[in-house]
Amino acid sequence: MATHFTLNGKPQTVNVNPDMPLLWVLRDTLNMTGTKFGCGMALCGACTVHIDGEATRSCITPISSVAGKKVTTIEGLSPDRSHPVQKAWMEADVPQCGYCQSGQIMSAAALIAKTPKPTDAQIDDAMSGNICRCGTYPRIRKAIHRAAQLSGSAAAKPATTGAEVVPDEENALVGGAE
Amino acid sequence: MSAITHPFDRRNFLKTGLAGAAGLVVGFYLPGRSELLAAAPAAAAPAVLNAWVHITPDDKVTILISKSEMGQGVETSLAMLAAEELECDWKRIHTEFAPAAQVYFDPAFGMQGTGGSQSIHSAWEPMRKAGATAREMLIAAAAQKWGVDASECRAENGAIVHTSTKRRATFGSLAEAASKIPQPTDVKLKDPSQFKIIGKPTKRVDTAKKVNGTAGFGIDVRLPKMLHASVEHCPVFGGKVASFDATKAKAIPGVKDVIQIPTGVAVVADNTWTAFQGRKALTVKWDEGPNASVSSASIRQSFMDVMDKPGVVSRKVGDSDAGLASAAKKVEAVYEAPYQAHVTMEPMNGTADVRADGVDLWVPTQFQTPAQGTAAGIAGVKPDAVNVHTTYLGGGFGRRGWSDFVAESTLLSKAMGVPVQVTWTREDDMQHDYYRPASYVKMSAGLDADGKPTAYTARVACDSIMSWFFPGSIKNGLDASSVEGVSDVAYDIPNILVDYHLMSGPIPMGFWRSVGASQNGFFSESFVDELAAAAKKDPYEFRRDLLSKKPRHLGVLNLAAQKAGWGSPLPKGRYRGIAVLEAFSTYVAEVVEISIDKDGTVNVHRVVCAVDCGRVVNPDTAEAQVSGAVVYGITAALKSEITIDRGRVVQTNFSDNPTLRMNEVPKIEVYFVPSTETPTGLGEPGVPPVAPAIANAIFAGTGKRIRRLPIKPSDLV
Repeated sequence: MATHFTLNGKPQTVNVNPDMPLLWVLRDTLNMTGTKFGCGMALCGACTVHIDGEATRSCITPISSVAGKKVTTIEGLSPDRSHPVQKAWMEADVPQCGYCQSGQIMSAAALIAKTPKPTDAQIDDAMSGNICRCGTYPRIRKAIHRAAQLSGSAAAKPATTGAEVVPDEENALVGGAE
Repeated sequence: MSAITHPFDRRNFLKTGLAGAAGLVVGFYLPGRSELLAAAPAAAAPAVLNAWVHITPDDKVTILISKSEMGQGVETSLAMLAAEELECDWKRIHTEFAPAAQVYFDPAFGMQGTGGSQSIHSAWEPMRKAGATAREMLIAAAAQKWGVDASECRAENGAIVHTSTKRRATFGSLAEAASKIPQPTDVKLKDPSQFKIIGKPTKRVDTAKKVNGTAGFGIDVRLPKMLHASVEHCPVFGGKVASFDATKAKAIPGVKDVIQIPTGVAVVADNTWTAFQGRKALTVKWDEGPNASVSSASIRQSFMDVMDKPGVVSRKVGDSDAGLASAAKKVEAVYEAPYQAHVTMEPMNGTADVRADGVDLWVPTQFQTPAQGTAAGIAGVKPDAVNVHTTYLGGGFGRRGWSDFVAESTLLSKAMGVPVQVTWTREDDMQHDYYRPASYVKMSAGLDADGKPTAYTARVACDSIMSWFFPGSIKNGLDASSVEGVSDVAYDIPNILVDYHLMSGPIPMGFWRSVGASQNGFFSESFVDELAAAAKKDPYEFRRDLLSKKPRHLGVLNLAAQKAGWGSPLPKGRYRGIAVLEAFSTYVAEVVEISIDKDGTVNVHRVVCAVDCGRVVNPDTAEAQVSGAVVYGITAALKSEITIDRGRVVQTNFSDNPTLRMNEVPKIEVYFVPSTETPTGLGEPGVPPVAPAIANAIFAGTGKRIRRLPIKPSDLV
């Protein structure tokens, strides 16, 4: 059955079982593997995407329910890691293993979009559905506060609609000693 | 490719895509292999050459990383070591994960693998030598080119400079010529005072890929014609398939096949979700085997049953019987810890492409050599025909030292004739782990009239990890991993006896972040707190007085106490606890501040960590490792455990085996003792002090002594 929706700003049609979760449509049908499988029961947040701007666990979201909606994944958050949350994440070197970070970033981006200057309590509320076994939570908190500063100070707009991503391998491998 | 001057596995090397352009490969010999080599899988071969530095004409410097990146930042820190000596532009450094080859064996393991907080310690000299050797060869090539003496040239920021004439040639322009120069055997390493990179906070090389979803984990591998599989495992350990009916599963559109393999029944489909659906449609009759009545209670009883019998002596100092007999006061206690699952965020998975001529594996493995050997054995090819592509690991914590997911993917690719990715569900992951052992320990000690310990004993009954992983390493019935953290008690006590009962049951055991110290640290550092209380002394001062001959323990203990403000007043309802331990040659002291809700819930507000890991290579990732270890340790102290009922694991997912979440995370401070000692690891040593420090804080606040993990609200109401 064909399902039509908007994926990272572009029209998308998939012909899959209507019960198939959005997570697996993204990962296996569309080969967009940035969104992660962690628990399959909306307990860990690794699969978080935005549906019409709302942070949503894609592992329990049937593809049929996103018909006509706007889906944004980590691949579509910004074309060049310019989203304030991504910038802040890089500044603080948040990720360790990195597996949960797509979900963390999508939850944080949805939070910042609605609550430009979140308090610690608001961060707790918005982020407690996202598990990190490496324990990057303190840096996540720090980076969210920083992202709030970045989006407040610059014209940088939290993107909730998509853009095409050009992989930036050169940049991806560059570190930087002082 | 030019001038691979030693019997390096050229085929593997070419497959990694590093070759093709003219360049320089630097190799050198590692020190002798450890005794573990004898027990290593069949992939072992005698050559111990290594190759780490590759330079192409466009000045791109690639450092090969022989360790798995599972969050610890090793991709960055190992590159820093080589870059420091190479004198290249750090911003031009690229990294690639090394293929599986004997040249990349860790001498501590006798195989290629990542664990034991070993990476920085093992790489400290070899990676710097790799950089220095390459630098000297580039200098020699430049000197030849200019017809000058090498001593007149120096390496600087990615180029060789002739000091007097200021002539300059980039690394890329010299690489091919340099590769033909005989390798110097004795290069001089920098004096640490000259370090430009080591010791400086350095941005991770993998962050950019981890903020936009492009970092490739094992589960992200996508290949042409690849099928997805998932395996229904027997819920009972040691059980097997009696019969199964796949009619309904095979009727699901997209299910390609249902195949019995040694670990269960695999559904192969055109996507992961369909494979999961296929599993739900299976009817499997299990032969549950001999373990179907095993439970946590029966295992615990088996531990209790040996407590009155002497075990294998692990450590004996003086005469503990005499020491106890002479004591003015005796303290006795029994401590227990449960099984723990690793629960990496990325569930187990593996991707294999088995062909007649060999195998390609894309796996998030901590141990490449066993992965290679496992796939070779199944595919019926030689180990060197198995190319191991190590992906990023979505967490490891010791779980990914095993090759069970490698075996499943290889079996299924062989059966299907196309690449197959096997993906475990979270339930598979939690119920079919190799668990942190359960342990039961009886401790006793004597104190003299001044409150000084006269004797210390511990009798340990613990599931043996090595019985599963390396039976050959068990000597006289002693599995050292079962007693580390209690046998090596650092306090100045004249009479010590630690003995051990090796317990070996059906529950699979494995290395769990900090291994034996994870539970034994809780036992030994809680018990010493009991001794302090019995001696009516301050727990910090009591420890300090008994560590006067252990400067590194003392250093972290004093630093943690000072930074935490030990002894200063706390708000009402807040309590402090302290613990200090060495694990993997790194010394960590932690002071926690907690409060306890009326319902018994423990809140951890602040954790101050003092760490002595020798010289710190990358302070930024070092801090992250310790901070992360604290979070991991709090989860195990307060929230998670694995229990057994009817031969199977009770817990299924994050719902019933919870993990610390954002709203529960304390303020964590990490301080490093300045040191010029050789670096030691940081992946694990932050974990062990957490549980005892929390338990000791609970005692400080309530007078209740916690002797069993995890600490539950019901313990405190």
